[in-house]
Amino acid sequence: MSNANANVPEHPMEKLLRMERIPHIWCPTCGIGTALSCFITALEKFDYPLDKVVVVSGIGCTGRVAGYIKLDSFHTTHGRAIPFATGLKLANPELKVVVFSGDGDLAAIGGNHLIHAARRNMDLTVICVNNFIYAMTGGQTAPTTPLTANSSTAPYGNSEPPFNLPLLVGSCGAVYVARWTALHIRRLANSIGEALNKKGFSFIEVIAPCSTLYARRNRLGTGLDLMKFYHDNSEIRHGAPLEELDIGFQQKIIVGKFIDRERPTFLENWNNWLSQKLGDKFVPYGVAPQQMQLRKAG
Amino acid sequence: MKADPIGVLTGEHYLDGDHACAEGAIAAGCRFFAGYPITPSTEVAERFVARAPFVGGIFIQMEDELGSMAALIGAAWGGKKAMTVTSGPGFSLMMENIGLAAMMETPCVVVNVQRGGPSTGLPTMVGQQDMMQARWGSHGDYEIIALSPASPQEAFDYTIKCFNLSEKYRVPVLFMMDECVGHMTEKVVIPRAEEIDLYPRRLTKKPPEKYWPYEYGEDLVPDMIVAGTGYRIHTTGLTHDERGYPVMSPVAQNKLVKRLCDKIRLNADDIIEIEEDQTDDAEVIVMAYGITSRVCLPAVFKARKKGIKVGYIKLITIWPFPEKRVRELASKVKAFVMPEINMGQVVLELERCVAGQAKTYHVPHAGGWVHDPEDIYKVIEEAVK
Ligand SMILES: Cc1ncc(C[n+]2csc(CCOP(=O)(O)OP(=O)(O)O)c2C)c(N)n1
Repeated sequence: MSNANANVPEHPMEKLLRMERIPHIWCPTCGIGTALSCFITALEKFDYPLDKVVVVSGIGCTGRVAGYIKLDSFHTTHGRAIPFATGLKLANPELKVVVFSGDGDLAAIGGNHLIHAARRNMDLTVICVNNFIYAMTGGQTAPTTPLTANSSTAPYGNSEPPFNLPLLVGSCGAVYVARWTALHIRRLANSIGEALNKKGFSFIEVIAPCSTLYARRNRLGTGLDLMKFYHDNSEIRHGAPLEELDIGFQQKIIVGKFIDRERPTFLENWNNWLSQKLGDKFVPYGVAPQQMQLRKAG
Repeated sequence: MKADPIGVLTGEHYLDGDHACAEGAIAAGCRFFAGYPITPSTEVAERFVARAPFVGGIFIQMEDELGSMAALIGAAWGGKKAMTVTSGPGFSLMMENIGLAAMMETPCVVVNVQRGGPSTGLPTMVGQQDMMQARWGSHGDYEIIALSPASPQEAFDYTIKCFNLSEKYRVPVLFMMDECVGHMTEKVVIPRAEEIDLYPRRLTKKPPEKYWPYEYGEDLVPDMIVAGTGYRIHTTGLTHDERGYPVMSPVAQNKLVKRLCDKIRLNADDIIEIEEDQTDDAEVIVMAYGITSRVCLPAVFKARKKGIKVGYIKLITIWPFPEKRVRELASKVKAFVMPEINMGQVVLELERCVAGQAKTYHVPHAGGWVHDPEDIYKVIEEAVK
């Protein structure tokens, strides 16, 4: 959108935002906007045609990211962003497909897709904003709500243990797993950049404050107080054992890059195995013929 | 546009309906299949995956039907013709995303090889019990197209038609087979590629700065893009405007939902295909679809032999229902007789369209096997009185 006041320079992020959709729906001090701006920072440094970058979201506050980013973007159904992205990616392997959604969306209703996409090493980057709660629907228990924390469906405190998301996706085979808070702006942006450059299933958990629901229900003060808490209580431990990454109620949060490894992707496996098995009769899928030759030779 | 010869197994074959359906899909240019196994539909997937490596296709066995349906929509936006196949329980799981496909106006084909239900019911035995679910199964108001084949040859031919309608109207098309047709083996003639007409995807010719994803023309169907080609569109399952942006208002809702329904309803004449026989002088008309349209024939022949003026209508398109034709005939005939392998589904639509101008008789069957033609004959006899 052109700026009415010619003297005001364009915000550097405007190129990648649908300015006609602003103001956004997120609450003040919500962490989703920060996660989105880190993503945009990463995209600006990303050496790939942005027309080929596609964002898929599920449903929830985080799911609204698809509506604000000026890329091909799909706001799908609750829990199904990953399989939708799987179809997109397989239909056109040239695309860089990013799934940007909430922890409830990805790990509760979409949990089955999450683990299978990691197992197959589907070539996707998943950014999971974890605000410890179902925000869009008004503060119910999420699969990440810490034990004892209060939610609208756990008014006396949550009695079930939460997912340790890096452990979950790491053990299923993700090739890149990291966790940052929405305060680690530069590290998060760098990490998203690394994940985008990674071939295979990369997963970044972003711990984000939800002041309107999570902080208020748990008497944790304002969004600012939550952020201060994250600032004081997150500890960077790259390569930390995944089993040690549980998050307790108002406990220390271990952040960092935990996994960075190589595994063949779903499509590489399909093409390599079938060309081995079927020889020249095989029509490789989504690969230029010369590339296929190289891969066979190598 | 003609079919690509790479996918067309021209010649005469003995195929079951499931395999014929897979061949129809490949001939139609389908190169993406996401599915989850379920009897009696699995053979479609098995045939597709066996053939995909030789035609440049891809198959992914998803973790469930919810994922399969979501992947289908993604693949369609990624530029592929895409299909999935299932049966009753899986069809139920696909419903939420069939609604998304309708809302995002995504061309894709969903095959349901019907078995007897409810629930796990009769996994290996025939039913026609998802016909109303096909029509109304997802939440909210929308229109889809549904076809039903009566033979392996039709499974081949009409799978291609499903893809063509899906591209033309940008709508999920549901192919409502039944276990009998899926598992019966008969001769299937596959024509040469140049004899197969395909409806190409309606890709916009506008440049990105002039394009809105849901701006539509006279036939109410917007032109599409392929993700990754520079258009930077947004689309959502939320109620949206022509730009694809969410708009939470009754005005936007009425405009969008009305168009989603009208693009099918107002084009019904172009979509609907039925077969008629001896309806000119008929006093009674037997109407059926799928395997039942064949099983009822001995009853129809016997009735004619006995001098009963009976006509026959086979539905190929089920939804939209051939309302106009039924209304015309209803004013001339005494009665309609409709056998279905369910306790009364499409007959409700028949009754609605007949609107009291003639009598309607259902011949129900709870599934597991086809009708005894004699049972249908008895109802014809009763109906002509
Ligand atoms: C099938 C289905 N079930 C339930 C809902 C209601 N719903 C919308 S958002 C949401 C939770 C979102 O939580 P999360 O993914 O953590 O995202 P957040 O809003 O916290 O960013 C739920 C349960 C829905 N839209 N669809």
